[in-house]
Amino acid sequence: MSAFSAIGEEREIDREEFTPTLEPQATWCPGCGDFGVLKALKQAMPEIGRNPDEVLLVTGIGCSGKLNSYFESYGYHSIHGRSLPISRAAKLANPELEVIAAGGDGDGYGIGGNHFMHTARENHDMTYIVFNNEIFGLTKGQTSPTSPKGHKSKTQPHGSAKDPVRPLSLALTSGASYIARTAAVNPNQAKEILVEAMQHDGFAHVDFLTQCPTWNKDARQYVPYTDINEADEYEHDPTDRDAAAAMASEAEQALYEGEVLTGRFYVDSDRPSYSEEKQAIGEMPEEPLAERYFDDDYEWERTHDLLLDRHK
Amino acid sequence: MTDHELMWRIAGGSGDGIASTSQNFAKALMRAGLHVFTHRHYPSRIRGGHTYTEVRAKPEPVRSRGDGFNCLLALGDSFARNPQEDAYYGDEEVKPLAENLDELNEGGVIVYDTGLLDSDDIPNFEQRVEENNWHVYPLNLREIARDHGREVMRNTAGVGATAALLGIDLQYFEELMAESMPEKILEPNIEILHYTHDLVEEEFEFTHDLQVPEGSHDEEQVLLSGSDTIAYGALDEGCRFIAGYPMTPWTEVFTIMSQALPEVGGISEQVEDEIAAAALAMGASHAGVKSMSGSSGGGFALMSEPLGLAEMSETPVVLVEAMRAGPSTGLPTKPEQADLEHVLYTSQGDSNRVVLAPGTVAEAYEQSRLAFQLAYGYNIPVILLYDQKLGGELMNVPASHFDREPNPDLGAVTTEEELEDAPHGPGGKFHRYRYDAEDGVSPRSIPGQKGGHFLVTGNEHNPAGHIDEDPTNRVTQMERRMSKLDGVREFLDDKNTQTHMGPEEADYGLITFGSQQGTVREAVDRLNEAGHSVKGIGVSDMMPYPVEEMTAFLESVDEALVVEMNASGQFRGLTQKELGRFGDKLSSLLKYNGEPFEPAEIVAGFEASIEGQDVPDQQTTYVPAAGD
Repeated sequence: MSAFSAIGEEREIDREEFTPTLEPQATWCPGCGDFGVLKALKQAMPEIGRNPDEVLLVTGIGCSGKLNSYFESYGYHSIHGRSLPISRAAKLANPELEVIAAGGDGDGYGIGGNHFMHTARENHDMTYIVFNNEIFGLTKGQTSPTSPKGHKSKTQPHGSAKDPVRPLSLALTSGASYIARTAAVNPNQAKEILVEAMQHDGFAHVDFLTQCPTWNKDARQYVPYTDINEADEYEHDPTDRDAAAAMASEAEQALYEGEVLTGRFYVDSDRPSYSEEKQAIGEMPEEPLAERYFDDDYEWERTHDLLLDRHK
Repeated sequence: MTDHELMWRIAGGSGDGIASTSQNFAKALMRAGLHVFTHRHYPSRIRGGHTYTEVRAKPEPVRSRGDGFNCLLALGDSFARNPQEDAYYGDEEVKPLAENLDELNEGGVIVYDTGLLDSDDIPNFEQRVEENNWHVYPLNLREIARDHGREVMRNTAGVGATAALLGIDLQYFEELMAESMPEKILEPNIEILHYTHDLVEEEFEFTHDLQVPEGSHDEEQVLLSGSDTIAYGALDEGCRFIAGYPMTPWTEVFTIMSQALPEVGGISEQVEDEIAAAALAMGASHAGVKSMSGSSGGGFALMSEPLGLAEMSETPVVLVEAMRAGPSTGLPTKPEQADLEHVLYTSQGDSNRVVLAPGTVAEAYEQSRLAFQLAYGYNIPVILLYDQKLGGELMNVPASHFDREPNPDLGAVTTEEELEDAPHGPGGKFHRYRYDAEDGVSPRSIPGQKGGHFLVTGNEHNPAGHIDEDPTNRVTQMERRMSKLDGVREFLDDKNTQTHMGPEEADYGLITFGSQQGTVREAVDRLNEAGHSVKGIGVSDMMPYPVEEMTAFLESVDEALVVEMNASGQFRGLTQKELGRFGDKLSSLLKYNGEPFEPAEIVAGFEASIEGQDVPDQQTTYVPAAGD
């Protein structure tokens, strides 16, 4: 019998289970795109059939890091840029959990960029939502890794001399097996993409465009947007890696030219997840490790029996 | 002394097989009934560079390197750089002979490989041999190895020669070789062993007195390093997850764990950096698996931020820190104890962690186990602080020391049944951080448990884990977290983690922490034999500090000398900070040249200190007490 009876509980899930019944109410600014992520995530939960006690939502620092304050589940509001190493280890410890990591563009593409690259290459079975608003919000409007070249802010008074990070291309190069971009202004697509991302057996990267009406003085709403999987002018096949590379590159460029291209850029359903790879080489048990500590019948190994002979 | 104990040093270049040969040599002597202890010296290079390992063996327990050594097997550095005239690093090829002579005791034995070493290249060799009454046995070990097998087997030839000169039965070496070598290389090795042994007996007239002493063990012994015992303690506490990034000397623990964990259904992760390593260990621990990570100084610096989160979020985790000489890259393969203040205080905010510094190979096993018991019992990060010396030295320990039950207990966690009756907030969140928790320890739920969800945050938070900046909440939660250290202190008091040495009553004290314990113990014994009134204490609890025990110790002596391997007297400083007095009683003996203390250096340091003189040896430093 599992020590974690919330996992796999078969019942109807109501999205309101994920809404805290009392305060704290979200403290994001009116019109903030972060509300769109929260709403889409709550809507996606009943569709994947997960309840609050079997979901672990790990966040970084920033406005986006507050997500699990307003989302009722096991939450881990960690430190700047480190949501991925914490969350992927939790998934290894108990693969039956639904593990989601979330953070901003500074958190994921800046300070945590190394973790992003490596978590993607390992293809952990988890979802990573990056709130991309092209600005540092909580510290009041500094230039971020995705701010366009020439972006002026108090810390970049003459405009940024840097080309922005290309998040979709970076995810693809690093090895993510599901790559999508959606926007807070497109709630239906956002919800569908989050459902797919959570159902995908591998590392799913969702670059979520979240407008910042307070600090991004251009106050871009990411409209109009074009869904590359539906629009006639794009016959994009997300299972084709080369096509995905070209499409990602085009979308990244287009964003800075005022055109918002969203949708699924890359989907590789065949690639085994990291847990499957580890299990295949005998470096990870088939049963969730976390269960073992609650199993009174488990016979724990002793080094005295196992390892001491070589020292005699 | 020469016929009482053997201090054998095998010297060559990195890559010459010094470590494995010396390990087998030590094990052979252990099997022959002796107590053994090894001391490693190696450069930060893969191929070439002077390397040696010393094996000290005698019939009585041996807990430290000795003073110098009495038998040298110099193989030469087969990977040496080609020396130019006036090269920065000198003639590397002959260093295994040349560099060791200063520490070779009078009357000592030298075996060197004439296949690579020419004594004419050693300045004043003949004169020094005569002056020191050394006994020299030149042998072309390379040629012997080449003729009977392969040149790399010269180490075996050297062991055969040593065995003949010192009267060690070859059977111990044969057995060890048979256990570790495939047949193809076993045969020529055995032949080389015997051939060299017999050749030495036939060709040379022995002029030395040194013989291997005889001894016997009451019970079965095992030969382990501190890295072995730290890993084994973790495994026996049910640790089944490790994450790390390679760095000398912590890599040893990481390697041992990575090889053992798949055998017991555990998980090892080598990751992108040490920030990730510590964060992974915390993530796995949060999800219900006993976990660890670790590094050495530079890598541990990267763990500062996750460490602080572990304190604030009360996520249990064990981090090991294997010190090497700093600052920065420092002396990557040499020991030092200069990261004490680093591990005590790194990360923002008030420290709320446990730091243990085991003193011996056997203690490292016990304290590795204690580290997990404390981390999971109190939901607090625990750091096991050791160094390149303790991690790498081999010592015999009774096998029965490890004959203990495993302890996979997850500590302060809830079950689902307990969660049903546990307090929850109005939103349904489990009160993970209760104000009224017993001993300050509020049990955690594990993700997946029904009715257990709550929020972890690095922000200050209320009982449900929500961010909360209310001053009263702040003070309550701070005081609750800090109070856990009181419980830890009581827990440790029952475990006798400090090691007392010498007589109960004495005029003088020797104080040390961590890996210098065995050497200080030997110094305490020698000083008492020489008529001094000295007792010693090896301290393991760095945080929470054993205030009562140390107060009693310091009140009982007139003066105390603090022995540590760093330049600024960090442990003396900690002692004064924690006790708030005794500044006029505490002097320091420091060493930071990359080598651990020898017992005689501590004896000399003590004698200088009570006579108010400077230490005679430039490699150690004496700092007098305040007011002196």
